[in-house]
Amino acid sequence: MIKAILIFNNHGKPRLIRFYQYFAEDMQQQIIRETFHLVSKRDDNVCNFLEGGSLIGGSDYKLIYRHYATLYFVFCVDSSESELGILDLIQVFVETLDKCFENVCELDLIFHMDKVHYILQEVVMGGMVLETNMNEIIAQVEVQNRLEKSEVRPFLSSSKSFPLIYVFGFSQVSAIKYSLSVL
Amino acid sequence: MALKIVKGSIDRMFDKNLQDLVRGIRNHKEDEAKYISTCIDEIKQELKQDNIAVKANAVCKLTYLQMLGYDVSWAAFNIVEVMSSSKFTYKRIGYLAASQCFHESTDVIMLTTNQIRKDLSSPNQYDTGVALTGLSCFVTPDLARDLANDIMTLMSHTKPYIRKKAVLIMYKVFLKYPESLRPAFPRLKEKLEDPDPGVQSAAVNVICELARRNPKNYLSLAPLFFKLMTSSTNNWVLIKIIKLFGALTPLEPRLGKKLIEPLTNLIHSTSAMSLLYECVNTVIAVLISLSSGMPNHSASIQLCVQKLRILIEDSDQNLKYLGLLAMSKILKTHPKSVQSHKDLILQCLDDKDESIRLRALDLLYGMVSKKNLMEIVKKLMLHVDKAEGTTYRDELLTKIIDICSQSNYQYITNFEWYISILVELTRLEGTRHGHLIASQMLDVAIRVKAIRVFAVAQMATLLDNAHMLTGNTQRNGICEVLYAAAWICGEFSEHLENPMETLEAMLRPKVATLPGHIQAVYVQNAAKLFATVLKSQEGNTDSTTAQEASQLMIDRLPLFVQSANLEVQERASCILQLVKYIQKLQQKDVEVSEEVCALFAGELNPVAPKAQKKVPIPDGLDLDAWINEPPSESESEDEQPKAIFSKEEPKHSRPRHTEVDEKELARRREARKQEQANNPFYIKASPSSQKVYQETPGVEHIPVVQIDLSVPLKVPGLPMSDQYVKLEEERRQKERAEKKKKDKKKRKEKRSGRGKKHDSGPESEEDITPAHMVDIVTEEMPENALPSDDDERDPADPHKALDIDLDKPLADSEKLPVRSHRAAEVLKSPAEDEEGENVSSLEPKKKSSKEKREKKKDKDKDRKKSKEEKKKKKHKHEEKEEADLLCGQADEPAFQSEETNEVVTPPTSTSADVSDLDFWLSNAPVPSNTQEAATVAAAEAAPAPGAISVTTPDSEPEEPKDTEMEETKSSKHKKKKQKREKEDKEKKKKKKHHHHHHHHGDKGGEESVQNGTVEEEEPLPPMSNYCLLAENSYIKVAYDIQGNLQDGSQVVVSVIFENKCDSFLKSMEFNVLDSLNSKLQRPEGSGPHDSLTIPFQLPPGVSNEARFVFTVQSIIMPQKLKGTLTFIVKNEESSTHEKLDFKLHFTCTSYLITTPCYSDAFAKLLESGDLKSSSIRLEGVNMPFHHLLARICFHHHFSVVERIDSCASMYSRSIQGHHVCLLVKISSQTVSVDAKCDEPTLLGNVLDEIKQTFSQC
Repeated sequence: MIKAILIFNNHGKPRLIRFYQYFAEDMQQQIIRETFHLVSKRDDNVCNFLEGGSLIGGSDYKLIYRHYATLYFVFCVDSSESELGILDLIQVFVETLDKCFENVCELDLIFHMDKVHYILQEVVMGGMVLETNMNEIIAQVEVQNRLEKSEVRPFLSSSKSFPLIYVFGFSQVSAIKYSLSVL
Repeated sequence: MALKIVKGSIDRMFDKNLQDLVRGIRNHKEDEAKYISTCIDEIKQELKQDNIAVKANAVCKLTYLQMLGYDVSWAAFNIVEVMSSSKFTYKRIGYLAASQCFHESTDVIMLTTNQIRKDLSSPNQYDTGVALTGLSCFVTPDLARDLANDIMTLMSHTKPYIRKKAVLIMYKVFLKYPESLRPAFPRLKEKLEDPDPGVQSAAVNVICELARRNPKNYLSLAPLFFKLMTSSTNNWVLIKIIKLFGALTPLEPRLGKKLIEPLTNLIHSTSAMSLLYECVNTVIAVLISLSSGMPNHSASIQLCVQKLRILIEDSDQNLKYLGLLAMSKILKTHPKSVQSHKDLILQCLDDKDESIRLRALDLLYGMVSKKNLMEIVKKLMLHVDKAEGTTYRDELLTKIIDICSQSNYQYITNFEWYISILVELTRLEGTRHGHLIASQMLDVAIRVKAIRVFAVAQMATLLDNAHMLTGNTQRNGICEVLYAAAWICGEFSEHLENPMETLEAMLRPKVATLPGHIQAVYVQNAAKLFATVLKSQEGNTDSTTAQEASQLMIDRLPLFVQSANLEVQERASCILQLVKYIQKLQQKDVEVSEEVCALFAGELNPVAPKAQKKVPIPDGLDLDAWINEPPSESESEDEQPKAIFSKEEPKHSRPRHTEVDEKELARRREARKQEQANNPFYIKASPSSQKVYQETPGVEHIPVVQIDLSVPLKVPGLPMSDQYVKLEEERRQKERAEKKKKDKKKRKEKRSGRGKKHDSGPESEEDITPAHMVDIVTEEMPENALPSDDDERDPADPHKALDIDLDKPLADSEKLPVRSHRAAEVLKSPAEDEEGENVSSLEPKKKSSKEKREKKKDKDKDRKKSKEEKKKKKHKHEEKEEADLLCGQADEPAFQSEETNEVVTPPTSTSADVSDLDFWLSNAPVPSNTQEAATVAAAEAAPAPGAISVTTPDSEPEEPKDTEMEETKSSKHKKKKQKREKEDKEKKKKKKHHHHHHHHGDKGGEESVQNGTVEEEEPLPPMSNYCLLAENSYIKVAYDIQGNLQDGSQVVVSVIFENKCDSFLKSMEFNVLDSLNSKLQRPEGSGPHDSLTIPFQLPPGVSNEARFVFTVQSIIMPQKLKGTLTFIVKNEESSTHEKLDFKLHFTCTSYLITTPCYSDAFAKLLESGDLKSSSIRLEGVNMPFHHLLARICFHHHFSVVERIDSCASMYSRSIQGHHVCLLVKISSQTVSVDAKCDEPTLLGNVLDEIKQTFSQC
């Protein structure tokens, strides 16, 4: 089970939080701070697993994270998840974001938190992995976006007008490599 | 009104949307909180408007603010409003907000039940999807109970997108409403074989999650998962399954044996690291469960270790980390295999990544031996010096202590060395683990008698240099060791070189700055020291020293009398008065030392930490009963003091050391003394050596002020542990030399004596004798101590409630609450009661025959027939062929695994199920002697687990008995098994008699139990709904039609294709000639006459299923559609194009959906007068009434409303909502069916079909 998914930037500012277990708002913020503290002091060339995090989980839980340019993607999972599998899942998620937003950058996440949530909902549901096939995820997201477009008058939907200043550095992170036949 | 709307939309243009809010917050970095509070005010205004778009926009912004830590629960009601919008866009916003901030105590949740139910059944699959996603985050016990049935229905939705979500959310439903687990489980299990990989993966996910917490209940699924494991190519699914096996295998070692081979194959073949890693992990789990196991496992271990070494050597830090993690699991059972990789692990200690270093440390724990302990600890001590950051250093410290103290100091050969290591560790700055070091010091000093002299000397030095430890406020944690030092010096003061000096050190004014509990120990032990000083001066005519001691006490103790700490104060004032009195006596030249010493006489024995807990309560003793009248206010029990010994004492070490007999000990002691005497480097506890020691240059002269705390400190005057490493080496060498001289006999004795002690160490370790014996015998345990204390599960664990036996037959009371009658608790319709009774009356007979128990297994009123059923139907027509297949083509895994599935899947009565599993695990078919019997067994495929074993070629009927004997270790087990075999044989015999019917599938029977009420002894004949569609020499096609609950104009046709020939069938295309009324649904963009490609190929002997959706307009008439199946038959030489025509028969029955109905609702329906009636008579029906009902239920999708004797009312509903009511009566072979329906044509056709069903039998 995945207990929480946190996305925050290099300064610890949350960009998306998704808890699959109830925590009060102040506790959520504390968890973000603690997690940021743990993760941010790690070099980029060390392993992506982290035990500890006293606030969330306990001994059965691990933090599995990836760092892309300005953003940290952190999954808090228990022992029923495969560590390498989750690493690949993060990659799937990020690549999906990249496809859906066309060269995703932090600003996309800042201004379209809701859309990021909708994409995430097609990947993980209630703490369990729902879909790992990127094409399927994108297809479902697109159908729903079309549905939304057909319902809502154009002036509410805003088009993307931000410069791509923080384009994710995909080159730093190797692609989905642990579960080769995923795609 | 119109104006208002216009106004609303104009306002909207000026509203902030989410992007504006974010931009605003970014532009108000300095006064963010203020800006947000104005935004919240705006949002509150927006929420008051009627326009749903405005509200949705506001809620969307709130979701963002929630992320920033703002509590938005005040808007919960508005969120519900937005959720109930009819537009997907807004609905989605609402559900997202709800999923972020609703939780169990959000009270508006109870308002959402109906809205969610509506969304779940929405014609738009994305409405349903959004509702499911939202619900998965905030489902409450109430929601779970009310919606369980709706969600369960969605598990069979036509869209895989919904199916997978519905399957996943069931896990949450189970957690919140455990009662739903048993009714929903059969369908969940069915989804393991869903044609859509996403749905399949979801089902695997859920079952794995369930099984992980309560593995024993899912053991019976092992064969099914085994099949999935060997057939699936989806790595995500494989990983989950393999992880699951890791959890199951400790419960059933035979399962492990079965797993080794396929897992090994996967390890060799997979290129996915994640899968490889999980395989290795599970193989390790298997090997652990088999640890006593078979000889050829060393190969598997070697494979694992070798693969892990590759991971650890990889430059990818993630793989390195996981490799170490898995290695530590192997270590527990197979330390030797890991020890050979010591180099690699030590190398990892130098890794720049802390996580990896920590993992390597874990491994070291298990790698130490007597030989290398000192070397490893030395290396760790270097790391301690180098380490940056206290966390890692503390971790190192605890690891050093763990490593040294493990298994009762088993690997320590020289305790002087260990004490000096501990003393060196006190130099650590800012460690939190002072108490840990302290408890080790105490433990060693108390339990290793021989070391006391040395320990006391060291502790005295430590006390003398106490300022080094307390100087820095940051180092507070470490001053705990002074507690130990003071106590050791006091308790074993007879060993002190110069008690007077130590006494002085303990009474320094600086001591008053220590924490209270340490001061208290100081004061108490100062008194002990005082006693020792007096004793040492006994008989000495010159009494100045004794008097000096008294004076010292009297001078210094008043400081402690003033202490704010009660404990210190109390002890100090007592002792002060005592000393004053002694001084008086001394002045009168009275000998007092004996009396004073008597105060502290007596030996302390260490007691095992849980000794008290393990004393069983004697019979007749009630600890809760009051002995006297209860006092008015009961005193709270003494809080348990922080046990300073308790942590390090391992529990199970006792017997080992008691085996060393006294003689041996004495002999060794003697040898050691001699050796020590001869050893010039050995620091003896004699006065002379101590002196030499203290005269070491620099001891007294190091000015304290000059010590730079950032450099690792050396407590002056303390020995370095390194010295002991050298000493120890020399000692060992010497010992070896001595040993050679000794005669062989003695050596042998010694070996046998000690062999028992350390059987885990390598051979050469035997030669190293410890310098001191650990006095473990004294770790006292009560005589009749209980063997072990089980750690209890956290009572708050939600999974505890899910510890449910899934194999028990489902009782009627367990049905999920159904929507039509929301009051789920009021299920008290008489029919229900009766049914419940009937089922229970059946219970005792369940073992009488296999069919019977199978019948009961599934309570699920499936509207769509389960896959299993379909397969059953297939058997009906191809009994013969199948039997041949099973016997002859043992190498056809796919086909047989399907069989496997059928056989083991159904949750049957527990005992029977266990024997099924036993069977599968034992790899042995029924020990039948004749080929005929085997054939029968195979023909009876479904219930006879023997059929499965055909999968493995080595399990031919004759051979297995041996295998089995060999495999079952305990005779107890054997007996059980033989018994089971016998039972099976008997069952077989029975079956022979009526295996004709029996073969047609038991699922039908089981389905009928819930519907048809059964009380007669006679078992139901099995049934199936699959009918033959077409057949030729290549292929056989069977089908079943089910109405779609979600859509009144759709039916789903499930078609099973079975390859009958030896060639490969591919490019299958299915086409139907549409009629005006019924049309095959084709994918978008294809023409009305295009055929559908079947998404699979069929290897020889394999069957598979495809589903086709048809839209129908009118359902009141049966009809037939013509169609063709085309396919290519491919074998080595050629490939031919083949064609098969068929007629698809849509009966009216297939438009009916089994719908439960309660007698009160049924009565109302009949009273309403809207229904037209009709009736038929069936003559010569020669079957028990319950069979008759069961058949109607099964074949015609009815459910029994009420049954009284030989009369029953039944109900069903068409996909377009027609009610069909039946009153069935039987009297001497004549059955009359009076029926009512709101559509007479439909009714007529249904009755005709019923008539036909019974005319066939």
